[in-house]
Order: sequence, then structure tokens, then C-alpha cells
Amino acid sequence: MAKKKTADTQVAIVGAGIAGLEAARQLVRLGYDPVILEKSDRIGGHVADWHCLFPDMTPASRLLDDLTDATHDLRVICRANIVSAGRLGDGYNLLLQDGTSIHVRAILVATGFSLFEAEKKEEYGYGVYDKVMTNADLEHWFNTGIDARITGQDVRRIGFVHCVGSRDVKAGNAQCSKVCCITAIKQAIEMKEKFPEAEIWCFYMDLRLFGKKYEDFYIGAQRDYGIHFIRGRVSEVSENIDGKVIVKAEDTLCGKPVKVTLDLLVLMAGMVCNRDNHPLAQALGLGIDEDGYFRSKDNIASITASDRKGIFYAGAATGPKTVPETLAEARSAALDIHAYLSAQ
Amino acid sequence: MMDFGFSLAPSSAINLDTVDLSRYRKLLELEPDARICMGCGSCSATCTAAPFSGMSVRKVILGLQRGQDREVDRMLSACMLCGKCTMVCPRGINTRHLILSLCRICADGTHKEREDGR
Repeated sequence: MAKKKTADTQVAIVGAGIAGLEAARQLVRLGYDPVILEKSDRIGGHVADWHCLFPDMTPASRLLDDLTDATHDLRVICRANIVSAGRLGDGYNLLLQDGTSIHVRAILVATGFSLFEAEKKEEYGYGVYDKVMTNADLEHWFNTGIDARITGQDVRRIGFVHCVGSRDVKAGNAQCSKVCCITAIKQAIEMKEKFPEAEIWCFYMDLRLFGKKYEDFYIGAQRDYGIHFIRGRVSEVSENIDGKVIVKAEDTLCGKPVKVTLDLLVLMAGMVCNRDNHPLAQALGLGIDEDGYFRSKDNIASITASDRKGIFYAGAATGPKTVPETLAEARSAALDIHAYLSAQ
Repeated sequence: MMDFGFSLAPSSAINLDTVDLSRYRKLLELEPDARICMGCGSCSATCTAAPFSGMSVRKVILGLQRGQDREVDRMLSACMLCGKCTMVCPRGINTRHLILSLCRICADGTHKEREDGR
């Protein structure tokens, strides 16, 4: 597709994660030529750091390759930072930090989420103890095979802590991060496949396995992989003289305190609101919810609509979402944008 | 009546039709946050007294709602008020303050019983 001049661009997509890319793909199909603004120096967002996706263990790279193939003719501005946005005619004029000015008639906010910084839960010892890692670190290891915390085959006892930085008022995130339960089970199964001799424990508060095939994953983890589930939130983690990790929790079903010594502890850092939501909301005049995510017009029929004319949302910008939910919302937002621009 | 050698063991089932919730309701007046406990067990896991005494804030809050008053009293007497549980509660409940309030409610009850000559 021929690249159009800046002035002719009708839609700006903020964020080149899967929400932004999928919306772009749909907008191209509908005959538009959107411009994508990305704050980092690469596209793909968090999914680019992931290895396999539940529930079918689809390689994350396959999804991303499809999305980038479909959008590679589009103009993508990386390291973009929207300094201000003003109404101009029937659209908006976006001003970037380098002085670039982009006039668009509609904006799609697809800025996604931030991963909770696990070191903030100091009692779990991330960055303090040698054998504590996050879900993201583990995916990185699945992808690269490189991580100082996993060496050799002597990983015999592994723990997963659910709800790290989510459902936690003290961490400033009261909301459920939605995907960590199933991610923990997925990663526990993957670790069991890599280390068949290992004993694996998942520490959870509630197991929220709502999606298609999630419950099957849970049953499989119990029946086929012998993964242990302990209903109790980990209260503290310490290290013994051998460098192993000691985890303390209450087994609330048993009603007794439990402790276990582990070779590796994986913290399921949750999705939290994107750190850069506030400045962007200010620049675009958008509302922010109590949880720090963007505020939709309503949360049932108009999740992709904002309070401002011509500005739309897709994906985890408005709350934690799974990959299929994000893709569905991106398509929905593309249609909303099409309807909005057609009506003008 | 013929004695067949059988006797009935008292049922350990909790009967929600007859549970006395007066202490729990008093607690809610003083500590509305008792309602938001989700029973995760962080308080019990971090409790210094728990491994030796069975103390558990989670079980105290639940026990009050299930009429386990004797068990609640026993657990309360083991609390050393160190406040570690308050530090770890993910819902931000001031558990130490809750225990103090509950002790006060229980003490009032005991005084009243004495005054009534029971």
C-alpha cells in the first residue's frame, strides 16, 4: 500500500502491541491507512516477550508474525511521545516530542498495561534472593534458555506465587489481573515437562479459570502433571544458607501454616495500569478509572468508546485482558472507528 | 426405654439457623473492615504465635460468623499483638486493631456475665 502524506492520515493508533496491530490490520481491510505511534523502539508489546500462549500453546511469535505481515506497509513511528493533542476541525492534531505534527480524525488508544514491578513486594525477595524470578523472566528463559537462576538439571522443587501485585491494596492494585492463574498453570506444566522429576507447588488465593479450556488445563495440571495446589497467599520468602528459597504461607484448607524449601520461585507479576496513562490521558482529555486504567464510556456495551468524540480504546488500556479478548476488542474498535468516520 | 448401647454424638455441623451472630455484629460496628476478609491466610502464615497456639486471624473472623465462639476465645488469648498480620493483609485490614476491638467485646461480655451472676 502506498504511504500517504501525514495530513491525509485519518486514524492514529497509539501503541503497537497486539491491540494496536490487530486494529491496524482491520482498518487496512476497511480501506484506511492508519499511522501507528509506539513509545518504545519496537513493535509487538508484551506478547513479543512471551513464548507460548494458552490454551493451545500457540507460539507467541506466530501471532505476532501474522500481525506484522499484515501491517508492515503502514507508517509506524517508534519512540513516539505525544506531547499534546488539540482539536483541529473535525479531528485532532497530535504533536510529538520531535515536533512532528499529525492531523487525524480518529484516535485509537491501545496502550496496554505495565507488568507489576515484583521488587515492590519486598517480602517476596525479587532482586534480593538468587532464586526468585517473575513470570516474564521465565518466558524469557523459555525463549532464550539464558537465566542465571536456572542452571543445569538440579531444579527439583519449584513454587509459583499467584496474585503478585494484584488483588493487593497494599501494592495499590485492588483488581484481579485475570490471566495469572492460567499463566501460572501453563508455566507450571511447561516446567514439569522440562524437569519431569520436579515437585511443583502453586500458591493461590482463588483459582479463577474462566476461559475456554482453562479448567481443562487445571485438571491436566493435577491429573497428568501432579502439580500441587495450595490455597493460601504466600506471606514471606526467605533464603537459607544453601541459597534455596523458603516460602511461608497458610494452607487455608488445612488451617495450618506451611513452609517449603524450593530451588526456584516464580512470582506471577500481574497486569497493572500502564505507567504512562496519566500524561496521555491529560494530553487527550480522557478519563482514568480508580484502578488507573482508561475509563470507557460504559463497561458493557461501549468498552471501546471514550467520553471524547473520535477517541476509542482497544485492549488492556481499559483493564487486564487476555490475548483473544484484546484481539476481539481491537476488531470491534476498528469497526467503531469505521462507523464513526463514515457517519461524518 | 431399652438401652441398645448406642448413644448420639453431638453434631459438629454448623447450623446457620441457630448461630449467634451478636458478637460478630458488634465487631462489625467497631471494625467494618471485618467484612472484606477474603480468607487468603496471609495473617496466619506470618503469625508468630500460630505454629504453637493455632492462632489465626482468618479463623477468628470466620469462626465468629460460624458460631465457633469457644474456639475464637481460645485463639484470641494466644495473640501477642505484634501486628505482623496487619503488615501483610492484601486487603489492608488493620487486623491488630480488629483483634483489640474483639478482645474488648469479649471482655464486656464476660463482665456482663459476672454482673448477672452467671
